Order: sequence, then C-alpha cells, then structure tokens
Amino acid sequence: MAADREERRFAEVSRDSVKLMAESAGLELGDEVAALLAEDVCYRLREAAQSSAQFMRHAKRKKLTVDDFNKALRWSNVEAICGYGAQDAMLFRSVKEGELFFVEDRDINLIELALATNIPKGCAETMVRANVAYLDGKGNVGPQGTVPAAVQSLSDDLLKYYQQITRAILGEDPHLMKVALQDLQSNSKIAALLPYFVYVISGVKSVSHDLEQLNRLLHMVKSLVQNPYLYLGSYVRSLVSSVMYCILEPLAASINPLNDHWTLRDYAALLLSHIFWTHGDLVSGLYRQILLSLQKVLSDPVRPLCSHYGAVVGLHALGWKAVERVLFPHLPAYWANLQAVLDDYSVSNAQVKADGHKVYGAILVAVERLLKMKALSLPQPAEGCSSSQPGCLAGPMGYRVSSPGLSPPPEPLAEAGLGIASHLQAGGAGCQWEEWSPVPLPAMYSELYSFFGDSLAVRFSTEQSFGGFSPCTPSHFRETRKEPLGHVSNPDTTRKMPQLTANLNISPRQDGSPRTDPPPPSLAATGSVRSLARSSMQRSRASSSRSGQRSIGLSRDVFPKARFTSPHSGPPTFSFVIGGRQMGRRCQGRRPFQTIFVPTPPPPVVLPRVYTHKLPVIGRVCKPLRRWTRSHYSLHLPL
Amino acid sequence: MEHDQFKFIFKMAAVQGGMVDAKDELDIKSEPPSDGFGNSNANDGRLLSSSPGAGTGGTATGNNKPAPGPPEEQQTLLAVLQFLKKSKLAESAEILRREAGLPEDALDPKGTDASGSGPGLAAGSGQVDGVDASSLLSRVTVSSSAAAQAPKKAGEDQPDVSVVLSAYSQQGDPSLYDAYYSGLKRFIESVLDCHRAELSQLFYPLFVHMYLELVYNNNESVAKAFFEKFSGDQECYYEQDLRILSSLTKKEHMKGNETLLDFRTSKFVLRISRDSYQLLKRHLQERQNNQIWNIIQEHLYIDIFDGMPRSKSQIDAMSGSLAGEARREANKAKVFYGLLKEPEIELPLDDEDEEAENEEGKPKKKKPKKDSMGSKSKKQDPNAPLQTRIPLPELKDSDKLDKIMYMKESTKRIRLGSDNLPSICFYTFLNAYQGLTAVDVTDDSSLIAGGFADSTVRVWSVTPKKLRKVKSAADLNLIDKESDDVLERIMDEKTASELKILYGHSGPVYGISFSPDRNYLLSSSEDGTIRLWSLQTFTCLVGYKGHNYPVWDTQFSPYGYYFVSGGHDRVARLWATDHYQPLRIFAGHLADITCTRFHPNSNYVATGSSDRTIRLWDVLNGNCVRIFTGHKGPIHALAFSPNGKFLASGATDGRVLLWDIGHGLMVGELKGHTDTIYSLRFSRDGEILASGSMDNTVRLWDAMKAFDDLETDDFTAATGHIHLQDNSQELLLGTYMTKSTPVLHLHFTRRNLLLAAGAYNP
Repeated sequence: MAADREERRFAEVSRDSVKLMAESAGLELGDEVAALLAEDVCYRLREAAQSSAQFMRHAKRKKLTVDDFNKALRWSNVEAICGYGAQDAMLFRSVKEGELFFVEDRDINLIELALATNIPKGCAETMVRANVAYLDGKGNVGPQGTVPAAVQSLSDDLLKYYQQITRAILGEDPHLMKVALQDLQSNSKIAALLPYFVYVISGVKSVSHDLEQLNRLLHMVKSLVQNPYLYLGSYVRSLVSSVMYCILEPLAASINPLNDHWTLRDYAALLLSHIFWTHGDLVSGLYRQILLSLQKVLSDPVRPLCSHYGAVVGLHALGWKAVERVLFPHLPAYWANLQAVLDDYSVSNAQVKADGHKVYGAILVAVERLLKMKALSLPQPAEGCSSSQPGCLAGPMGYRVSSPGLSPPPEPLAEAGLGIASHLQAGGAGCQWEEWSPVPLPAMYSELYSFFGDSLAVRFSTEQSFGGFSPCTPSHFRETRKEPLGHVSNPDTTRKMPQLTANLNISPRQDGSPRTDPPPPSLAATGSVRSLARSSMQRSRASSSRSGQRSIGLSRDVFPKARFTSPHSGPPTFSFVIGGRQMGRRCQGRRPFQTIFVPTPPPPVVLPRVYTHKLPVIGRVCKPLRRWTRSHYSLHLPL
Repeated sequence: MEHDQFKFIFKMAAVQGGMVDAKDELDIKSEPPSDGFGNSNANDGRLLSSSPGAGTGGTATGNNKPAPGPPEEQQTLLAVLQFLKKSKLAESAEILRREAGLPEDALDPKGTDASGSGPGLAAGSGQVDGVDASSLLSRVTVSSSAAAQAPKKAGEDQPDVSVVLSAYSQQGDPSLYDAYYSGLKRFIESVLDCHRAELSQLFYPLFVHMYLELVYNNNESVAKAFFEKFSGDQECYYEQDLRILSSLTKKEHMKGNETLLDFRTSKFVLRISRDSYQLLKRHLQERQNNQIWNIIQEHLYIDIFDGMPRSKSQIDAMSGSLAGEARREANKAKVFYGLLKEPEIELPLDDEDEEAENEEGKPKKKKPKKDSMGSKSKKQDPNAPLQTRIPLPELKDSDKLDKIMYMKESTKRIRLGSDNLPSICFYTFLNAYQGLTAVDVTDDSSLIAGGFADSTVRVWSVTPKKLRKVKSAADLNLIDKESDDVLERIMDEKTASELKILYGHSGPVYGISFSPDRNYLLSSSEDGTIRLWSLQTFTCLVGYKGHNYPVWDTQFSPYGYYFVSGGHDRVARLWATDHYQPLRIFAGHLADITCTRFHPNSNYVATGSSDRTIRLWDVLNGNCVRIFTGHKGPIHALAFSPNGKFLASGATDGRVLLWDIGHGLMVGELKGHTDTIYSLRFSRDGEILASGSMDNTVRLWDAMKAFDDLETDDFTAATGHIHLQDNSQELLLGTYMTKSTPVLHLHFTRRNLLLAAGAYNP
C-alpha cells in the first residue's frame, strides 16, 4: 500500500486507528476507505498544525500550545478539543503490552478537593515593573545600582542622607565631617544625589570669603570623585568649574593676608589634576578647556598675582606637558610683569611683592619639572648632571606656611572677577589657542636659565636621577600625607624620593633646627657653573647691585648673594647663611607654620629653595604673624 | 463556490487529458451551480482557504475595467459571461454584459466558440456547457499569458481573473518531468557564471509548479520521487514553503491550501537580464521542451531588463517572497514621503525662564531647540503631499496644548548618536500567565497598555497620576459646568487606580494602539473585530466588524481619526473612528497581513505580510505604490523613519531591512538578531534604530550611518539592482540582553529615552 511505502516524514494516523475509531462510533469501514481516511486525516492534521503556528507567532511565543491548535481547528470549522488547555506539558504514558501511548488522565476526587484545607493561592496579579539599564556614552550598561537622578525620584531616606551629609561636612565637628566624607567616598547608593551635591559644591562662589568652607567643599569634591560607584558624566564639568574657581579666582578670603588661600589653591590644583586624570574622558575637550582658561588667566596682567599663582600651580598639576605648552611660551611676557613686582621695594608694595615671590616660586618648580621630564623623555639623559647633589636644602613648602600672614590683599582690580563661567568657555575669545611647537631641551634650558639663573640649575640637576614624575594620584596623595614625619627622620630616603614632597619635610627642619642636612657636596662645582651662566644675565646683575638693602628683606637680592657666597664659603657656610641669618629672629614666628604645614596636604608643587630664604625677610614686614595659633590652622586638617 | 469551480476546472483538465473521470462528472451535475467569483476561495467557509476575493480586490484598486480591452480581455469577459449563464445567474450575466458593452449574442455559446479557437474546444464539444466554458477559459489563459512579455499595467499585480480560473492541465508524460527538470538543471549549470545565477531563479517556481502538476494529475508517487530528488536544490529560504508543499500529496489536498492558492493566483515574478533570457529561450526551443516553456508562460512573469546580469548576492537580497520579486513597474509610482507642515503654535515664553533656572550642573542643550525651530520655519517639503490630500481632523485646544508640551519636551531631548546611546527602561510584565500578545505606549510615555491572550486589554499608568473614570451621567449633572476646573471635577476620584482592565473581546488581543490624543485605545483581536475604547470612561465605544478573521494588527494614524487594520483575510482596511465600515480596503497580499503602520504624514500605510513582502498603500486612492521583497520570513515589525523617507522592517528571519521609500529600493540589511523581530523603532530624530526580538535582546543600530552612506545613482534607481555591503557589525552599536523576556515593544520617549516592554517568560 502507498501508506506503507511512504517514508515517515510526518506523524501518521494508521489505518487501524481509523478503523478502531470507526468501530467505536458503530461503523464498519473497509480497508481501502480506512486507508484513504487515514491519509486525509494525516493531511488535515498537518494543515492544522501549520496554521496553528501562526497563532503561536502572533502570540509572540516559541511554544506551540494546545490553544493555538484549537484556534486553527476552530477557524477550519472543526470542533476544538477540550480539556487540554493547561500550559504545562502533557504527560504521556506508555503501555508496554499494546505499544500504546496515552495522556495520563487521573481521576480527581472532587470531595477531597472541595474539603481540602490547603487552599491554593491565586495567581499573582499581572503587573508592570520598570528596570532601567543606564548606558554611558560608549554604550556600556552602567554598573548595577547606579540610578541617575533624572529617572529616580528622591526617596525620603536619600533626602535625609543628603541633609545629614551636607550638615556634617559644612558643620563644626571635624570628626563628623571626616566620617561624612568617608561615607561619601564609598557609598554606592548616592547616584541620585549627585546633582544635589554638585549643586552644593557649585556654591563655592557664595562662600569665597570663608576659606574653611571652601576647603570643605573641595574635600567634598574629592570624595565624590573618588567614589567608585558614581558616574559623574557631564557633572565633571560642573565640578571642574567649581575647583577652577578655587584655583583661579581672587577669593574674598585672600583679602586678609592671614588667610592661607595658597594652600587652598594648591589643594584645588591637585584635585583638578586628579579629576582630570581619572574622569577627563567623560567630557570631551575638557583638557583643552582647562588649559585655555588657565592660559587666559596667566596672560591677563590685570589679574591679581594669586590668580596667576593658581594658574601656574594648576598647569603644574596637569603635568609637565601642560607647563611646556602654556606656561613656557608665556614666560617671557609674564616675566616682565613679575620682575616689575619683584623689583619694587617700596613698603607699600611689600604684600604684592610677597605674592610675586610665590608666583616666582611656583613657576620655578613648574619649569624645573618640565626640564627634568623633558630630559628624561630624551633617549639619553645627561649623565653628568645626574651626579649632582639633590637640592634637599630647599624648603619648598615653607612658603605656603608663612604665606597667610604675609600676603597682603592684592590691589583691587576691576576686571579681576570675570566669574567662573568665563574659565570654561571653550575657545575664549581673548586667548587663542596658538599653534605650538615643542622647543628643544637645550634651547628651553638656556631660556629658562636666563630667567632663573642658578636656582634653576641646581634644582634641575639635582633631581635628574629621579624616575618619571607622575602627576599626583590620590593614593600618592594620601601616602605622602601620612608619611612626612618618616621622611624627616630619614634624610637619605628623602633625598632619593622622586616626589617633590620629600623636600617639603626638610624645609622646616632646615629653618628651625640645627640638624639640617649637610649641604650638597658638589655645591662648589655647580656653583662655578652657575656663576658662569650668571654672567649672561642682566637681571641677576642688576639685582645684585641692590643687595645692600637688607632692611626691607630684599628677597631677590638675598639669593644671588647667598649663592655667590656659597662657592667661596663652602657648603657649611651656605647653610648657615640661609638658615642662620633669619633664624635668630624668625624662629618663634615660624613655629606655627611648621606645625601647620605637616598636616596640610602637600601639593605637587614645590617651592623653590630660593623662595624659602626670603620668607622670613618678608615676614618681618608683617607682624601679625604671632597672633596665629595652631587652632586656627587645625581647621584645615585634612582627613 | 470555490469547490464547484474546482470541479469544473478539474473536469476540464480531465477532458483535455482525455481521461474522463465519471465521478467528477457526477459531482458537477449533482451540485448546485453557484457563482464562482465572489468568494472564490472560501471552501466551505473555512479559514484555511480564505483569500481576498476578486470582488473585494476590485473595489479597492479599481482593477475591473468595464470597457472591453484587448482581445484577450474580451475573451476573459466572455468566459465569465459563459460561466454566469451556466450558473443560471441570468441577472448578473446581463449586468456584466451591459457594463462590459458586449454584444447580445455574446451570451450564445456558439458565438463564443466562434470567437475563440483551439484544440481544447473540440475535445470538450461533447460535454455539458460548463465544461465547454472551462476549456475556453483555459485556452484564454494560455493565450493571454503568451503575450505576457508585453509590459503590463502597474495595477495588474492583483490576481487576474483568468489566472484564478486556470488550473494545472496534463501536458506531458509524468515520467518525463524528472528528465525535463534535470535537463534544464544541466543546462543552467553549464551556462556562463554570469547567467547561471539569474537562470537559477527559475528552479524554485518550476519545481513547485511541476510538483503541483504531478500531484494534481494523481501521480502521487512520481511527485514524491520528484520532490525527493530536487527539493534539496532549492534555496534554503524556501524551506518553509517546501515543508508545506511536501505535506501535500493528493489532489484533494490542493483544495483550499493557501500556499497552493498563492501559487495559482499569482505569477511568480523573476527579473532576468535580456541576455540570460535569450539564452534560456534558445535552449528551450532547441530542445522542444514545451512542458517547461508552458509553465514559464503560464505561471511565471519574467521581468526582462537590459544590461548586465545580476550577481548571486544581488538576486538573493531581493528574492525570498512567496511570489518572487516585485515587478519593476510596481515601484515606479511617485510617493510623497515628505512630512506635512506642522501647524504654527507659539511656544509660551515661560519656557525660557525654566531653562535658565536649570541648575548649573546640567549641560544646557541649545542645539536641538534651534533645530526644531529651524524645521518649523522651513517651507513645504517638495516631497510632501498636499496638506489637504487626506482630510485630517482639526486641532482641538487640547491637541495644541499637547503639541506645546511636546515641543517643550523636545527641547530637552538628548541628541543621540553612535557615541551617545540612550538608556533603556524596560517595562517587564510580571505574572502574565495568560500570555501577553501586544503592547503599546502613549506618545508621551504616560500610559502603557497590554493586550493579552485571555481577551483582556489592560492599561497601566506609569506615572504617579492614576487612571480615573469620568463620573456617571447622574453625577455629572450636579457639576458646575462653569467652573474653571470642570475637567478635574468630572473625574471620579473613587475610581482612581493604576490599572484598568477592558473586557470585551472574545479572543486573544493581537494588536493595540493608543490614539495620539490619549483619549482612545484600539484593540484588534482573534475574534475578527477591532474595538475602540474610551480612556475617559474605560468602556468600549465601537466594535468594528469587517475582517471576519483574526485581526493581527491595528494602528492609529499619527493625526488620529483614521486607523488601519490587517489580518488573516489578507486585506488591510482603513477605517475612520466615526464610520462603522472601512473607508478603504487594501487588497493584494498573498498571505496574512501581520503588521500595519501609518506613514508619519498619514497619507500612506505600510503592511507587512506572511507572504514575505511589504506593501505601501496610498490612502487617497487605495493603490499599492510599493512592493518590497527581500525578507525570507513573515514580517512582524515595521517602522518609518521620523523624516518619512525610510522604512525599516523586521521578520522572523531575524534580519532588519531598510528601504528607501522614494526610490523603492532596499538600502540596508542589519543582521544580528537570532530570532523573530517583533519591534522596531527609530529615535525621535532618527539617529538610532532600536530593534527588539524574540531572542531576548534589544539592539541599537546606527541609522544615521546606514542612511548616510547611501549613494543612489540613477542607474540603481532605474533598475532596482542594489549593492549592499555587509556592514551590520559596524552599524550595530549595542546589544542589550533581557532576563528571559522577549522584547515586544519599543518606544522612544520625547526626550529620547528608550522604553522597551515584554512579558517575563520564565
């Protein structure tokens, strides 16, 4: 028969089955009829199966259900098969004897069912739940748990948290603030609050008279930036703008020379570099914008010196390339202005001049690192230089310590407050992004030397052997903060530490104690080099001619002189001249600064040794120093 | 009825073959004659055999030409007359005769005989009238298709009456079919490479028709052997059809089989270059291979073009549909794909302040705003239809308010791009044991509705604002109608809830659509009706009946008032909410219409079908203006780009195809999904295309890039030969997995956040 020959492509109903069914309906069928019927039934089944597939497709399922089949049957005018509507798969049982398969259909005891005590729970209500996958700019799904504020409404808990945190950070209790900042740094569920915190931080402008609050807000920035669960996104821009405000603006707080706004600027610069290195990729063109605004400030002679200082430390914090690119080309132009300030010895100019020295120091540190990094980036670093003694004599941080009492308010300037927004305007109209081509190292060195003279030479050569200077990372940042005392006790490590912060610890000692490091043995040698170089410098000579005026603390002259003497008197003399001359009187006055200094977070910027020497001299002009107590400074305790 | 008609045809075939089957003859005589045209395919009212009747097709397209045309047409008309007369439908016959302008004696069978001539007639002369007529019909068909090479009218893609009536006649020795086919196969394999790909297109339609002929002529075993031998040669994308075909082994099965009907009622369209065609023709003439030549003449439409033969990949890109490629003329009509000018609405100024108050941290987005203003002031798009081409409803005050809201929101829209992807919010339907079958979200993303297999429609509010009913009529009377907050007062606070369930359908709800003003909801169901629900009272307002078979999809026009539906009856219908009967019937698809979409300018409707084609219909005149072929499976998702220029389609083959509507060309293929694509959506500015699939993923594609890289030169546009580069991987911007939740719906909020929805399917 045809049916026998046919290969088993499809499910089939056999003739026997048809006959059996016919018999059960009381009909007698012939073989031929049964065969025809069987074949037709098979075909109709296939047809129904195929048409039921479309019901499955439209129900958006992958599993064909009895229901789909019934629908197909219904639309073919065939009665639906009842009793198999369950979603579960049907259980087939086989009877071995008859090779028979059937659907298990157990008897159900209705009485038992009705009287059962364990009433089954009803189906749960159909509901809709929203889950959000937050995609960052690159299409990556954000980590679980981050919920941008745009989507999530603030819960009461979050709101309470926000209030508590801000109250603690801006409040009186330093311990509470510490805890709050710590939590802000590690809490994974505060994404929704990010805009609120950013908004609070953007309040820096309104508290520019209060150094302490500014400092706390900056700490808040640091905590947010370090929180690994936060996706800052475009808020980076806002944070950067707040930080830049602290770096660059002539803050109201700096009117009082007692306020240590320099530390704030250094800290902010450090923070800026940190934000940039860790989150700079979130905002395109951020680096350029930052550089532009720094450049703008630097090239604006009307701005107060503290703004310039901020620009320099900002550039320095952003790395030596930024210095090379912005500061170095601007130096010739800027130098003239700075020179004018520094050369003015009138009493009324004392404060400004002190500020000028800060800028001078900052520039020196920046260009030194530039030279160093530049030299290191060359394939063959100059071997000869590396043997030079590290300039551990320098007391780089001292300047900042003493500065609050020393810096007079800058003369009020009309254009000074251009506002924070002006910093971040891309491609500001004022300063174009000039085409820049790298200057070869020797040329750069000779140019810089023409400005800084020997002070540059010493520092440059001393740090030659140090490895690549990395911009201050947070970990480094913390580490150095904890370790300053260790450095003090171990001068040798100090000398080898690549970080400029190493120098920082020495300076107070140098000033305040006789246990000063021995002067560099090679000083004489370097000194001779310097004197040669110096002869080419108009500036040095000019200033040396005025060296007699000691009474006002002519900082600039003091140095050349000190340096001149050093070759002759030998290393010990050198240290004596520096330390001893001012020590006698200044010892007391400087105490507080030392103590302040140690806990203050050291910025990447290092004050040039040169500058340290002058501080006492300047300080003399400004008496109120003594009124300062430790407690004032303790407000700036970092966490 | 179809059944009878079949008998006739069968009879005729038997006569021609000289094998008179007594049983069939009996059938003819015993069954009452009836009109075979109205419901040509409704075999005993079964769904499985339904198809657009010639009558409905004619209504929509105006295809029935009253005036007698060329001789073949007149022949056809005569045949129809004959048939009517035989069926004792004298009145209908008279009307037809009058309308067609045929002479009185046309009804005389002798006259018909005289006008036609052929061998079949002599054979049938001894039979009853009906047989006579049938044989005439078959001859008419042959003669008309012999002239098929002549360019046809654009509207002629509808099944021709004569083709509907044609059948498989025994024309050769069944045992030779094998030889014929393998002879052709050998020939095609021996020709030059450039022609081989083109001529290979012939394999599938020839194979199917030869198989059906064999089956029809009761050569079951030969047919099976034939199938076994050659089914493996066919392109893999025909697998689904082949499976259906293989289950069909008896003549009786052919009655009411959809696939068979599709093959019989439509000519398979092939595009072949003139050179290749000449080659084939010469070969067939040399070999005297009349069998194959006849099939080509009768059942195939060969669209000959001048120029280089197409490559295999070019052919593969366009083939795959049930009836071959679209004829070139079918896509030549002008389509006004531009957008309508938006009404001028002044934006209140307070919006500006709000922007300024925006806290500093949030970057301000000025750009999109500028752009939206720019597009406002733009002059009328040259490609846009006339503003009044389709009458659109007047804007109400509430619509204007909504437009203002929309404009405000769009100023805050995120500019998406390959480097700025939208976040995705997924609405998961939990505990949807009854089966979620359709989802829709309002344009402002405030409501989400689900259609369920248990016949319910459920509407959720996804904002804190709860859903409230309007108070009862008695309570409404008590309200002070002059008060300012009357709209608030009419709402019944007691009914506030997150979820409202709408009961009314008696079958799974397969399609669902919110009206643009959020006052109405449409649902289409397996029960053959479309229901309009009020979202003010949460009651059913209207049940639109007309489809009679499951309605797979429905959608509101972007301007409201109109809506389109499509279903198992293979026609799409255009409705207006205030008419209980459809305004237009779009007939032409060869299988179920699975999805329907309105063009953004509301002048066109796109339909996707199980016949693996997409058609674009003109709402104004009901004409089919585009036929897109290329999908290899039923189409389940369509999306117009916001600028109206492009169409994206997704099918069970897991591919997304992109189409240029103006040129009528395929312009892109996005491969990546591994299962049926159920949802497609362009972002609000058209930069990103999102696709959601049964494979539990949402994928984002760079639509800008896909459309930017296009170069549509005149040649491509004229010939329709496309060169697609395979750049799916470059265009795929992201793949996002769900947890075992098929993605049924996608929606971009007005600010370009992507919403997706589906039921968790553990």
